[in-house]
Amino acid sequence: MERHQLRRHLKQEAEIDRMSSKNDAFGFETRAIHAGASPDPVTGARSTPIYQTTSYVFDDVDHAASLFNLQTFGYIYSRITNPTVAVLEERVANLEGGRGAVACASGHAAQLLAFFSLMEPGAEFVSSRNLYGGSITQFQHTFAKFDWHVHFVDPQEPENFRKALTPKCKAIFAEMLTNPTGIVIDLEAIARIAHEAGIPFIVDNTCASPYLCRPLEWGADIVVHSMTKFLSGHGTSMGGIVVESGKFDWGQNDKFPSMTQPDPAYHGLTFYETFGDFGYTMKTRAVALRDLGPSLAPLNAFLILTGIETLPLRMERHVANAGRVAEFLAGHPAVAWVAYAGLKSSPYHELARKYLPRGCGAVFTFGVKGGYEAGIKVVESVEILSHLANVGDTRSLILHPASTTHRQLSDEQRLAAGAGPDVIRLSIGLETADDLIRDLDQALAAATRKDRAAAE
Amino acid sequence: MSDPTDRENYSDGYILGILKECRIVAMVGASPNWVRPSYFAMKYLQTKGYRVIPVNPAAAGEEILGEKAYASLSDIPVKIDIVDIFRKSDAVPPIVDEAIAIGAKVVWMQLGVRHEGAAAKAEAAGLRVVMNRCMKIEFGRLSGELSWSGINSGVISSRRRKLIA
Repeated sequence: MERHQLRRHLKQEAEIDRMSSKNDAFGFETRAIHAGASPDPVTGARSTPIYQTTSYVFDDVDHAASLFNLQTFGYIYSRITNPTVAVLEERVANLEGGRGAVACASGHAAQLLAFFSLMEPGAEFVSSRNLYGGSITQFQHTFAKFDWHVHFVDPQEPENFRKALTPKCKAIFAEMLTNPTGIVIDLEAIARIAHEAGIPFIVDNTCASPYLCRPLEWGADIVVHSMTKFLSGHGTSMGGIVVESGKFDWGQNDKFPSMTQPDPAYHGLTFYETFGDFGYTMKTRAVALRDLGPSLAPLNAFLILTGIETLPLRMERHVANAGRVAEFLAGHPAVAWVAYAGLKSSPYHELARKYLPRGCGAVFTFGVKGGYEAGIKVVESVEILSHLANVGDTRSLILHPASTTHRQLSDEQRLAAGAGPDVIRLSIGLETADDLIRDLDQALAAATRKDRAAAE
Repeated sequence: MSDPTDRENYSDGYILGILKECRIVAMVGASPNWVRPSYFAMKYLQTKGYRVIPVNPAAAGEEILGEKAYASLSDIPVKIDIVDIFRKSDAVPPIVDEAIAIGAKVVWMQLGVRHEGAAAKAEAAGLRVVMNRCMKIEFGRLSGELSWSGINSGVISSRRRKLIA
């Protein structure tokens, strides 16, 4: 072998060795920083650049045709793919242990996209009734305009999902760490019921985040997020994402023609056959995202990526602070009850030990003595906690669901969703825990004092 | 639940070695129909510098993407590096026998295609084997192009990625 050939051979071998070592599993913290984000191949830029562009030049007409036909990988138009957004998609897919992901403008958009690739007019699905209020409305009223129909069940008993299934059902949906009630669902048992029916189990993992729980590891097939919350962590950017496990067999029955039959919306392409274990991701991008249009802005993708880099550290502190606040409230005379799965007294404590060993998140509810009026007084008396409709911010947030997020539901629905008149929802942030406790203490005192004054 | 997409556990280095070393691919089951997966893979691999020669008795003598199609591997007049199989799993053994006979270096079975017996036979004859993977997807995954579609490549690196071809 000539010397230059030998040198080239050795260099190639070294590169192959490096690639082999990359196959090893990396820790969550490493992946939260690096997954999807190798340095820019042209400039070497180490941070992910913000590709603030709508469109991308084609090499020639044939290249354009290959791109539009999905025969080659590449960028066409930022409604469908964007380099900054793609880094975020790979990052979250990696952290959830999934095969691929499609990011979009909000968590609500993620739910719409996730179902769009599964449902046909007249199709049904079974959902936990304990959801974010906006999701209940979206599923019940807005989805009905597509002729998609939901059956709501109490998620605390997994068999309830099975009992509600019909032959037209295409999926089971539930939130892990339900918002606002903090119910810990039995992921494995519900996944088994979905698989016995030949349908995928979709989990909204917004409140847990992949640091605390990875539903795909327990048998879920699709995970959706509002990235607006803990993933981004800073309350500056809306975003949603749909993550696919790559393990669901779409060809096991005839329930998913949009995956297994030639698609008239894509020149007769059969997505499952062509793209295999990321066929659902490709379908969701190339048809649902393309035609419904809720794309994620590149700047938002950049901001959310920056947030994810510190997700493990933030979640640890969120959990520690939430635990302190929950224990304080549990011992407070003006508080009727505290629903935080991290408390030993919680009925979900055992399930939490299994599914959430690193902690039960930072969103939970408590009941204030004095009902609706007292609840309103508490949220109007805080000085550090912010009265607003979001969760998963660095700032601590407080809300009275009955008068805000869950206002549009019936009384019965509100009670079922855990948003009764006395319920206050907290999302505990990263401030000094003692300051939060002092703030809640004075707000509870103010509410109780006024109550007493009104009674006299 | 059956799992049709359980990927065999090949290291990235093993796959990359094959993709770097081989240039001429015989694609068994290559289709002239432009919405078929084999057509997608052939078109993509051509743009990455591979010569792809279609093998398809029904299309023998016709051209697919500028390359003449042959009825069988042994009809191809040039030396083949990789035999890439787009056929059902039970059609694999005679194709592998032919691949060994023509001196191919690698037998590659596409997504969903697996045959343990044929794979063992090929390996015993000194060929490398990949089962249940797509050459296009693996090239895209290791070159970084697959990540453009939000797919998890599993690659973590602080070095600039270089395209393979």
